[in-house]
Amino acid sequence: MQFFFDHFFELTITGLALGSIYALVALGYTMVYGVLQLINFAHSEVFMYGTFSVVWVFYLFGAGADQSTGSLIGLLVASMIVAMVVSGGVALLLERVAYRPLLKKNSPKLVALISAIGASFALAEAMGLRDRIAGFLGLEGTLTKYVAGARDNRSLPTTITPDPLFKIGDYNVTTVDLLVIVMALLMMFALDRFVRRSRLGRGMRAVAQDPSSAALMGVNSTRVYQVTFLLGGLMAGVAATLYMIRIGTTRFDAGFILGVKAFTAAVLGGIGNLRGALVGGLVLGVAENWGSAIIGTEWKDVVAFVLLVVILLFRPTGLLGESLGKARA
Amino acid sequence: MSAASSTRPKAKGKVPKPPKAVIIAIAVVFFYALPLLHLPIISTPDSDFAGVLFTMAIYVIVALGLNVVVGYAGLLDLGYVGFYAVGAYTVAMLTSAHGSLPFLVVLPIAVVVAMISGVILGAPTLRVRGDYLAIVTLGFGEIIRLAATNSDWLGGARGVSKIPAPPSIPPNKADGTVTDPLFEIPHIKWDGIIPSIDDETKTRFLKFGVLDAAPYYWMALTVVLVVLIADVLIKNSRVGRAWEATREDEDAAEIMGVPTFRYKLLAFAMGAFVGGLAGALFATRQSFVNPQSFALLLSILFVAAVVVGGQGNRWGVIIGASLVVYLPERFREFADFRVLFFGLALMLLAIFRPEGILPAGRTRRAKAVEEELIAVEEGSDTDGAEAEVKPSA
Repeated sequence: MQFFFDHFFELTITGLALGSIYALVALGYTMVYGVLQLINFAHSEVFMYGTFSVVWVFYLFGAGADQSTGSLIGLLVASMIVAMVVSGGVALLLERVAYRPLLKKNSPKLVALISAIGASFALAEAMGLRDRIAGFLGLEGTLTKYVAGARDNRSLPTTITPDPLFKIGDYNVTTVDLLVIVMALLMMFALDRFVRRSRLGRGMRAVAQDPSSAALMGVNSTRVYQVTFLLGGLMAGVAATLYMIRIGTTRFDAGFILGVKAFTAAVLGGIGNLRGALVGGLVLGVAENWGSAIIGTEWKDVVAFVLLVVILLFRPTGLLGESLGKARA
Repeated sequence: MSAASSTRPKAKGKVPKPPKAVIIAIAVVFFYALPLLHLPIISTPDSDFAGVLFTMAIYVIVALGLNVVVGYAGLLDLGYVGFYAVGAYTVAMLTSAHGSLPFLVVLPIAVVVAMISGVILGAPTLRVRGDYLAIVTLGFGEIIRLAATNSDWLGGARGVSKIPAPPSIPPNKADGTVTDPLFEIPHIKWDGIIPSIDDETKTRFLKFGVLDAAPYYWMALTVVLVVLIADVLIKNSRVGRAWEATREDEDAAEIMGVPTFRYKLLAFAMGAFVGGLAGALFATRQSFVNPQSFALLLSILFVAAVVVGGQGNRWGVIIGASLVVYLPERFREFADFRVLFFGLALMLLAIFRPEGILPAGRTRRAKAVEEELIAVEEGSDTDGAEAEVKPSA
C-alpha cells in the first residue's frame, strides 16, 4: 500500500500509456462490433503482425543496438507506416476470407465467431511456423534474419532509452510515455473525425444503425465492411508500433492476451462506441497498474477482469454506452 | 468410428422398436470394446489409443455440458474451462493437498462445488446481454486460472500432484499392493487384416493403474452414457422447451410466462455441473493438476467442438468433440502444423457448413422455411439478399 502512494504518479502515467495502446487495439474490436455486431476474435493477430513488421523494418535497415536520435525517428516512422500497411492488409484479408462468405450467407453470429477463431489460430501459427514456411518456399537462406527463432521472443535490435522530459508529482515523464499517449490520442481524434464527418464514416454509421435501410439508401455495405476492417487494422498498426517502442518484445502468440485486454477495454467503455474504447482503454490501463501495486503484480489480470464484471453489473452497456450508430455528426 | 456414429442418430425413431434397441446395444458394446480392438487405420499409431479415447470421452462430456448452455439456452460461454478447473481442483484439494478423502466421496462434492460456482457467476452476469456474457465468462475462466497460479494454498504454478486413482474393485491393499483383478480381458492384435487374440496384452478389469488407460475410458464412457440419458430427458421436458423459447426470443418467452432469468441460471448451473464432473474425472486420471492444464485456449476449443458439431444437436456435439481430440492425435506426424490446419479447418467448416456437421433439427427446419420465404418474396431474384446481410439484433 505504501508502494502505491509512493509511486502514485508513476503508476498513473505508465498506466495511461499502456491504456492508450489497449485503446487503439480496442478500436478495431469496437468498430467491427458496432457495424457488424460480431466479436472480431482475429483482431489480436492483426496487431501481432504489426509488431513483427516493426521488428522486420529494423532488421531491414540493419539497425544496431545504438542509433542516433535522428535515424531512430526515421526508423520508427518507416516502421509505423509499414506496420499500418501490414496490419491493414491482414485485416482486409481477414474480412475477405473469414467474414465475407459468411455475411453473404447471413450466417448466425456464433458461426462467424468460430470462423474468426479459426482465422486467429491459422494466422498466429503461420507466424510461429514462418521458418518452416520459408523452408518450403526455398527462401530460408535469404530470409534467415527474419524467420529465425520463429517460436521465441523477438526483440527490437535497438534499445530505445526514454529521456526524462518534465516532472508530474515526483515522476519524470519520459519521451516514450508522452509519445505513446499523444500518438494514441491523435490517431483516435483523427478516427473520430473520420467517422463523424466523412462520407464513408456516415455510411458506417448508417449500416450500424440499420443495415437494410442503409442498403436501400444506396450505401454499399461491402465497401463499408472493408473500410471498417481497414481502419481497425490501421489503428492496430499504430498500436503495434507504440507497443514495440514501449515493450520492445513480441512473439507469435503475443496478440492473444493483448487482444483479450483490448476487447475488455472495448466492453468496459461500451462496445461499438469509439470514445468508449478510449475511456475503457485508459481506465483499464490505470486500474491494472494501481491494482498490481496494491495487491501484487501477479494479480494484474485478475484486477482487469474483476473491474469489468463490476462495471458491467452497474452499467450493463459499459461506461459510455454502445452507440456507433447513434453518434451524431 | 464414423460408421458406428452414423447408425446412432438413425436409431432415433426411424427404425422400428426392437431393432432400435439392438442397434443401440451393439453401438454401446462396440464403444466399450474400442480400446481392446486396436483397429487398424482408426487407432492412433503414435499415442496410446485408450488414452486418446479417454480424452475424447472427457471432451464429449464437456461438450454435452456446454451444449446445454450454448446450444439449448443460447448463452455464449467462453470461460467454460473455469468450471472444468473448479471440478479438477476440488478433487485435487480434497484428495491430495488438504485432505485424503476417497475419490468417490469427493466426486459429488466436486460437481456440487462446480455447480455453486456456476450459480455465483451466473446470478450477476446473466442479466447482461449475449456478447457481454461472452467476455465476462472469458474473464471468469482466466480468474480461476490466475487464482490457482498465484495462490500457494491451491498449489501455485506447480499445481497439485499425487491425486489418487478411483478405487479398484476388488480394492488394493492399504500398503499399496495390487490385488488380483476380478478377471482380465485380452486385447485383439492384427496381422494385416486378420485379427487374433493377443494373450500378451490384457486389460485388468476395474483396476485403475497408471499404464493402462482402458479402465479410465470405461469409467468416462459410463459417465457419458449417464449424461446423455439425462440430456435426452431434460431436453424433452418443460425445462428444455423453456430454454428453447428463451433462446429464440427472450422477450416473447418472458411474456408467455417463462421466468427466463431463472431458466438461464439453471442452464448455467447444469452446464457447470457437467463441466465440473469432467474436470474431476480428468484430475483422477491425470493424477496431477496445474494451472497450465486450464488455459483459456481450452475454453475456445470447447466452444469450437460444440459449434463445429452442430450446437443444439447432442449427436453433433459428440462428433465435434471427438474430432477436436482425435484429428490432432491421429495426425501427429504433422505435429508442428496441427494448430495451423485446425484453424484452417475451423474456418472452412464455418464457411461451408455453418450449421455444424449435424445441425439441430430446429435449425434445419428454420433454414428450409427461410429459403422458402425468400423464394416466395423474391422469386428467382437473389439480389435482395444483400439487404439482409446483417441479422438485426
